[in-house]
Amino acid sequence: MSRKLLAGPYLIWVIGFTVIPLLMIVYYGLTASSGAFTLANIAAIAQPEHAKALWLALLLSLISTVVCLLLAFPLAMILRSRGVGKGSFVVFLFILPMWMNFLLRTLAWQTLLEKNGVINGILGFLHLPKIAIINTPAAIVLGMVYNFLPFMVLPLYNVLSKIDDNTINAARDLGANFFQTLVWVWIPLSVPGIISGITMVFVPALTTFVISNLLGGSKILLIGNVIEQEFTKSGNWNLGSGLSLVLMVFILISMMLVEKYDKNGEGTAF
Amino acid sequence: MKKSTEKILRAAENGYLGLILVFLYAPILTMMALSFNASKSRAQWGGFTLTWYTQMFDSSSIMAALYNTLYIAFMSAFIATVIGTAAAVGMNSMKRTPRAVLTSLGNIPMLNAEIVTGISLMLGFIAFGITLGRTTILLGHITFNLPYVVLSVMPKLKQTNKSIYEAALDLGASPVYAFFKVVFPDIMPGVLSGFLLAFTMSLDDFIITHFTKGAGVNTLSTLIYSEVRRGIKPSMYALSTVIFVTVLALLIIANFAPGKKKGEEAA
Amino acid sequence: MSQSLIDLVNISKSFDGELVLDDLNLSVKENEFVTLLGPSGCGKTTTLRIIGGFEKPDTGKVIFSGQDITNLPPNKRQLNTVFQKYALFPHMNISENIAFGLKIKNKPKSYIQDKIKYALKLVNLDGYENRTVDSLSGGQQQRIAIARAIVNEPKLLLLDEPLGALDLKLRQDMQYELIRMKRELGITFIYVTHDQEEALTMSDYIVVMNQGYIQQMGTPEQIYNEPENAFVADFIGDSNILGGTMIRDELVEILGARFDCVDKGFGNNTPVDVVIRPEDVELVAPEQGTLVGTCSHLIFKGVHYEMEVTTPDGFEWLVHSTKLCPVGQKVGIHVDPFNIQIMNKPASEDEEAIGVNE
Repeated sequence: MSRKLLAGPYLIWVIGFTVIPLLMIVYYGLTASSGAFTLANIAAIAQPEHAKALWLALLLSLISTVVCLLLAFPLAMILRSRGVGKGSFVVFLFILPMWMNFLLRTLAWQTLLEKNGVINGILGFLHLPKIAIINTPAAIVLGMVYNFLPFMVLPLYNVLSKIDDNTINAARDLGANFFQTLVWVWIPLSVPGIISGITMVFVPALTTFVISNLLGGSKILLIGNVIEQEFTKSGNWNLGSGLSLVLMVFILISMMLVEKYDKNGEGTAF
Repeated sequence: MKKSTEKILRAAENGYLGLILVFLYAPILTMMALSFNASKSRAQWGGFTLTWYTQMFDSSSIMAALYNTLYIAFMSAFIATVIGTAAAVGMNSMKRTPRAVLTSLGNIPMLNAEIVTGISLMLGFIAFGITLGRTTILLGHITFNLPYVVLSVMPKLKQTNKSIYEAALDLGASPVYAFFKVVFPDIMPGVLSGFLLAFTMSLDDFIITHFTKGAGVNTLSTLIYSEVRRGIKPSMYALSTVIFVTVLALLIIANFAPGKKKGEEAA
Repeated sequence: MSQSLIDLVNISKSFDGELVLDDLNLSVKENEFVTLLGPSGCGKTTTLRIIGGFEKPDTGKVIFSGQDITNLPPNKRQLNTVFQKYALFPHMNISENIAFGLKIKNKPKSYIQDKIKYALKLVNLDGYENRTVDSLSGGQQQRIAIARAIVNEPKLLLLDEPLGALDLKLRQDMQYELIRMKRELGITFIYVTHDQEEALTMSDYIVVMNQGYIQQMGTPEQIYNEPENAFVADFIGDSNILGGTMIRDELVEILGARFDCVDKGFGNNTPVDVVIRPEDVELVAPEQGTLVGTCSHLIFKGVHYEMEVTTPDGFEWLVHSTKLCPVGQKVGIHVDPFNIQIMNKPASEDEEAIGVNE
């Protein structure tokens, strides 16, 4: 009946504010400033400074994603075994930091990591060697892991908490030890959550310009920084759009992965 | 022997949980500490002060940014909740394919990189001659809030027993009356959590705002970003602490109020 | 006496301060089909989980083939479990599910293949090797869960309400299947259920549990015909449970009337509980009855009529009989002496829970 019409405003909104703007990027990316068709903006990714920024962004975001996965999987398993509430408390714990401004939270790491910062103060007190990672790629990775870890934990926790206790008991009953159970039951059953978590960490990490800006000094440029500068400083929108199109290829691959492995949306974070 | 290995395992688990919590909350505690730091330098402790809290109220730029942030967060969450809830109801009665297409398109702002969403919105606004300002920020925020609302409401709608709605019709209610009296109370938790999620996302957003804002309009995020080079005013830490503590208090009251817990168990 | 396979010795277990099992002792012999029967919360599933290794008892020992396995993790125990909701691995197909335990033990491929074939044949699902778990019905999943357990050749198979999720007809079919499999495999079954009919049909031996205590152990016939206390009598089948007085050996007074019985040794003028099964109440002409009542309720049940006969003191006798007695008609009640079951009255509530078998 006419109930479908209720989705009308949403449909119009999606077309007006998602589809058409994305087409604008495609249009700008494929034209020169004169308006003539060109592939130069996309080919520009091959220029050394752009290629380097893309490569570094890929590398750092991959490292961050792996670190997040390694940190989050045991965490999600522990949280599941504690049966922490109906999931609401876990969500609460990981969403709460978002109420402290994202930029300030990241800036706080500057204070913590600085040469004479809090962490080095503690290390000095313990007579341990000081660390000097501020303004290095390592600090950027730390910032990425810090900001995006919740996006890995929540989907993992969601899939893990849906696994029936008896499925795990059955594996133990049939003779599997802890590691065999992990490899043959836990991990395969959490694939939707793992994939969803990976994309939810990888995509924002790959495209960030803020974290690299705040924790990497201004010398380390990721692809996100290059694109941002094209729009806010250099004003070459066509080039910026072209590079964004290249970036979107990676995003599309991630989305397709989710589509393939998480058909039922089991791995969604919220 | 068995019992002691279990104890060690549990202690290791607790240690791990503790480390993660320290990692998550250390920067927040640092910010809070800095809001009471008499020294303007972030590296030194110059004694306890409440100066920054009084300065915060006197700063017109901070107050204007705070107003904009709250206005945009509330309005975008509210509008997204209305449109998104209606959309979820509508989509629920759609056939498979159109529903799948609309879901995929609608999810783009959630899955896409924020920088791309921000840029695309900016290009879109400029192409259609819309001047960048507070309204464009609002439109941008509604756009990325919408999929979160749909995502929160949809599962509740699917859980809702269809017979309840049909029973209401059978007893003579009009479809609209039946929806608001019978279906809506059922999906209310989803609507609420959708609203809260949208509000949170909007409040914390920097990137979309960065690209869709006009000159002279600031939210807290963009104001902080513009101060990064010159050094953040400690009154910003004070404000963030106030916001954080307020929200924490509200959430604790909402989540752990004794009355609510009983109701949940009964349900 | 044949060798006992598993012994539970003085097992106690509590959750959050609530005692679930209190000093439980149980011994199961090889090649028996033993059923733990009781209402939900009686401790039967906890007992099974302690044997399986999924819970540790607070006190007491689990002895398996003469060895103390109390602290052995489940993967090191030579027994397998069939879980309540099957617990098949959803990401594996049927043959992968069945092969799981054998792969862990590094058995050769050809051996595993043979075993899968054999197990599928045993559970009447030949040819299902490559099906997914989702594509099977509840009953079929249940058979696969059994197949997955038995290919490991356990000495003992634990079954936790395996038929609980199936509908009545399927459940009855599966009962016979389980008895057949048990015979073919020649292994010990410990079976948990709250369904007394299931327990009576399948078991060699029934352990009736309530509130963490064993109420009675015995063959199905013993449990049904000679319940040791009111709980067992009430839980197993329908029954009329009445307070009475043992006048002397072989004579009991119920509701003011004296009945001959066959029980001895209760002493003279002792208060007792009396159990009479509804099918053992004979309806006779009023003048021939030991007691006289009025039929107050009548339902046709197919095999027999179910009636309620109210005696003047207000007690409603449940009667199953092929003889019809219309509502409102006076009727006599007669019970043969050997159909009257006399039980000691519990002295206290605690003793009521423990039962009177100690």
